[in-house]
Amino acid sequence: MARFEKTSMNGLSACAALIRRDLTLTFRSPGQAINPMAFFLMVATLFPLGIAPDREVLSELAAGVIWIAALLAVLLSLDSLFKSDQDDGALDQLLMSPHPLPLLVLAKVFTHWLTSGFCLTLMAPLLAIMLHLPAEAFSALMVTLLLGTPVLSLAGAIGAALTVKVQRGGVLLTLLSLPLYIPVLIFATGAVNAAMQNMPYSGHILWLSVFLLLGICLAPLAIAGALRVINE
Amino acid sequence: MLNVVQLSCERDDRLLFSNLSFKLCSGEILQIEGRNGAGKTSLLRIIAGLSSSYAGDLFWNSQPLAKVYADFRLDCFFLGHKPGLKLDLTPLENLAWRSRLANTAVSREGLLAALHRVHLAGYEDIPCSHLSAGQLRRVAFAGLVASQASLWILDEPFTAIDAEGVAWLEGLFDEHASQGGMVLVTSHQSLSNLKGNLRKLRLETFAAEAYIEEAVFEKRGADNGQV
Repeated sequence: MARFEKTSMNGLSACAALIRRDLTLTFRSPGQAINPMAFFLMVATLFPLGIAPDREVLSELAAGVIWIAALLAVLLSLDSLFKSDQDDGALDQLLMSPHPLPLLVLAKVFTHWLTSGFCLTLMAPLLAIMLHLPAEAFSALMVTLLLGTPVLSLAGAIGAALTVKVQRGGVLLTLLSLPLYIPVLIFATGAVNAAMQNMPYSGHILWLSVFLLLGICLAPLAIAGALRVINE
Repeated sequence: MLNVVQLSCERDDRLLFSNLSFKLCSGEILQIEGRNGAGKTSLLRIIAGLSSSYAGDLFWNSQPLAKVYADFRLDCFFLGHKPGLKLDLTPLENLAWRSRLANTAVSREGLLAALHRVHLAGYEDIPCSHLSAGQLRRVAFAGLVASQASLWILDEPFTAIDAEGVAWLEGLFDEHASQGGMVLVTSHQSLSNLKGNLRKLRLETFAAEAYIEEAVFEKRGADNGQV
């Protein structure tokens, strides 16, 4: 049988193409990325209005508020992660690729983090000032967000893959993902609170790093498996 | 070579087809026919490895397909009902990511030539959201032209294609087959068998039992209606 000559390329170039595609799509219709950021800002603004504009009260709450707002904002942006691909048939092309699916999925999740979690991290100092977070806790907040938001994207993407065929699956996605977010929230706010009291918080940071490493290793396998099973 | 042995597929407690066996050798075009809901799309998705709800064996180059999926995917181009294009991207950008994902290195010139072949020259930098349904299909066909896959699996490729495009696509199939490729296509359109390399397979003949039952049931229903 006549075999066709193949130009060998590695999976990384497919990943790069996928990242480039998703970033281009985000730039062409930036609403998808901007809405969660506006939501992040709005939620954090509601707390001084709803509770008390006191400096003491707000600085106590700041870490929790910023983290919960970030978590919800990431959830908001997760719904369309695989659903848009499913809607236009691009998901079939992803599944038919000869490259390892977990690798391709990791590229997609990375792009999602870049357009959601990373942007939220960049916005966090603004919110921290708004909520009177003590200056000594700033670095702790930034480090926990940098380590924690990729975990939110990775864990949430499992839920997004499982609900890819569910119409209006946003609430279901939230219910699936929030339990996975609890450990991240506990250790991240714990680190910021420890930093506010001038206590060492490296233990929390190490735990967050462990979550991130586990997420990078295991979540793509779960996401790939879920996509294969769900997209029958 | 694709070898399907004793394949059966059940969906929602309904046997779509059973004991389906066929071979697809290089240089052949196989058209799957069947009425709506006969399981044409299910069959293609099973062969493409997108669905695993089946019983039976699939062989690719006389090896079990499940073991050589990576090789198979290198050699296979799948085009489903939806063309798999991002509407916010231009045809050129869409072709670029798809060829990268399918592991075929195609230069910008190659992709432009492919677009020219599907009569979309001049449209390469226009967002796909501005193209018509038929033009979107043609963009997907440009991916087909640019791909180096030997097995083409196409689900209803003639949807939204004009008469001239149908003849052109048939010519493309013939050309691919004459180069030793394989085409597996579902269509309600009867393809013209120009070079004698076209075979047809009706799915209904592999669902005989289910149909007899259904026919009896319908007849009873009709009788009751008359009484």
